Amino acid sequence: MDNSERLIQVRDTWMSFPGKTPGQPIHVLENVNFDIRAGEFVCIVGPSGCGKSTLLNILGGFLKETRGVVRVEGELVAGPDPGRIFVFQENGVFPWLTVEQNAGFGLLSRSETERAERVKHYLQMVGLTGFEKAYPRELSGGMRQRVEIARALAAEARVLYMDEPFGALDFLTRLKMRNDLIRIWQAEHKTIIFVTHDIEEAVQLADRVLVMSRRPATVQAEVVVDLPRPRDLDASEYLATRDQIFSIMGMDAYGDEREVSLRAPALASEARGF
Amino acid sequence: MSTNPNRTGNSAVWLGAHVGLPALVVIGFLVGWHLAVRWSGSDLFPTPLEVFYGIVELARHGLLVKYIVASLFRVSWGFGCAVAVGIPLGLTLGWFRPAFLAINPMIQILRPISPIAWIPVAILWFGVKDSAPIFLIFLASVFPITVSAMAAVQNMQSVYIRAAQNFGLRGFRLFRRVIFPAALPQIITGVRIALGVAWLVVVAAEMIAVNSGLGYLIIDARNAGKRYDLVVAGMVLIGIIGLFLDLLVRRLEKFDEVRWGYGQQ
Repeated sequence: MDNSERLIQVRDTWMSFPGKTPGQPIHVLENVNFDIRAGEFVCIVGPSGCGKSTLLNILGGFLKETRGVVRVEGELVAGPDPGRIFVFQENGVFPWLTVEQNAGFGLLSRSETERAERVKHYLQMVGLTGFEKAYPRELSGGMRQRVEIARALAAEARVLYMDEPFGALDFLTRLKMRNDLIRIWQAEHKTIIFVTHDIEEAVQLADRVLVMSRRPATVQAEVVVDLPRPRDLDASEYLATRDQIFSIMGMDAYGDEREVSLRAPALASEARGF
Repeated sequence: MSTNPNRTGNSAVWLGAHVGLPALVVIGFLVGWHLAVRWSGSDLFPTPLEVFYGIVELARHGLLVKYIVASLFRVSWGFGCAVAVGIPLGLTLGWFRPAFLAINPMIQILRPISPIAWIPVAILWFGVKDSAPIFLIFLASVFPITVSAMAAVQNMQSVYIRAAQNFGLRGFRLFRRVIFPAALPQIITGVRIALGVAWLVVVAAEMIAVNSGLGYLIIDARNAGKRYDLVVAGMVLIGIIGLFLDLLVRRLEKFDEVRWGYGQQ
């Protein structure tokens, strides 16, 4: 990858939080390295609590890394940026604003007509036409996530950081949201960094999957998902990619093996070679 | 209005539950009160009817409206000042941690002092003018408002702030567009409690030698000839007006901008 292609560059990045006792900080990330190209859809997977969200918050400018270099769009990250919008797991839609006011939140400096046009366009794209005047409390969880995505798109964000955005949704809604997100991404040419603990979700969505290890986390492996879209979830290549990631994380794809690996964290650290 | 029998049926049930039942309880209470006075043979304590005639007498002398307006005037000023001071103060303390650390202990010391304890001080500072009871009402209502606004900011979901910062909002715009609306439901709850307290304190405040108001009516009727019918009339009026004030503030909670803050209703 040559320099011009590197939209996001993470080099030798470490992150620790102060622990309960001074002098014993909690190491969350250690020696994280990766690059992301413009227009790429990258998923970050890893075990629960491994620091995926921490990493995304560093990229988004909400946390400052303890050590290392985090460069986005050619500049060191110094804080949140309106060109790079975070979509929150806990839903950051403002409950005191209507759907259209929320979607237009990032467009306050634009003229009334331009704002109305963009809001209309993106609400249609996320399938919320007809709900413009509704308040978030009147919507389902999936619809609220759509509002948040529309808000980011309408603000002309070039990069979307998505932190398990579909985690709280039911299974069918999640599938639908994934398809819609791919459709929007293909239409809008955004760069998307999507954190999830759901390996299937990652393989359905991503061009490339970064697999994180247990805490202190580092990028354990990078899996390129070179499959045509829309993805056939029964295709042997899909299943092989999925199983490859499962095995990197020290488990396989069937039933309670997941539980086994959750109960035995030692497995994963052995796999990392510690 | 509706021709749909089902709807009419529902609204009849609603009326029965929200008006009929409370009315039954009130009527039962009045009857019990009447009988209790009759059976005890008390000639000082009034029956409900005597209280009603007492109110009519007040109205004839033009005192009813005068006293109600006087009390509402004092509460409006005291409470209005409390809102004007308490909301900005609470928001500031909730947002700026050093300000909170510096000022909150002082507030927590002043807060438990009953407004009644301030009466001598109020007389000393303001004399026996209207400003003394207004000051007492202000003291009583400023703390619930300040504390609720402060807590509202401190307990706000951080995701709203982070989302707003992500869109480049800073300083006053962040405050106006996100912090204030996010805190508003809890602030309104504090305002509602404070208005209740303010109305509660008006009686004590009007014991200071002002010569009008519902609190004055109660003290004056007792002192000038043991007119207990007028004493109770004052109590009844205070209760009924308090109910209407609360209903009024409750309407604020129905606005779409804040309804999200009150759970599922």
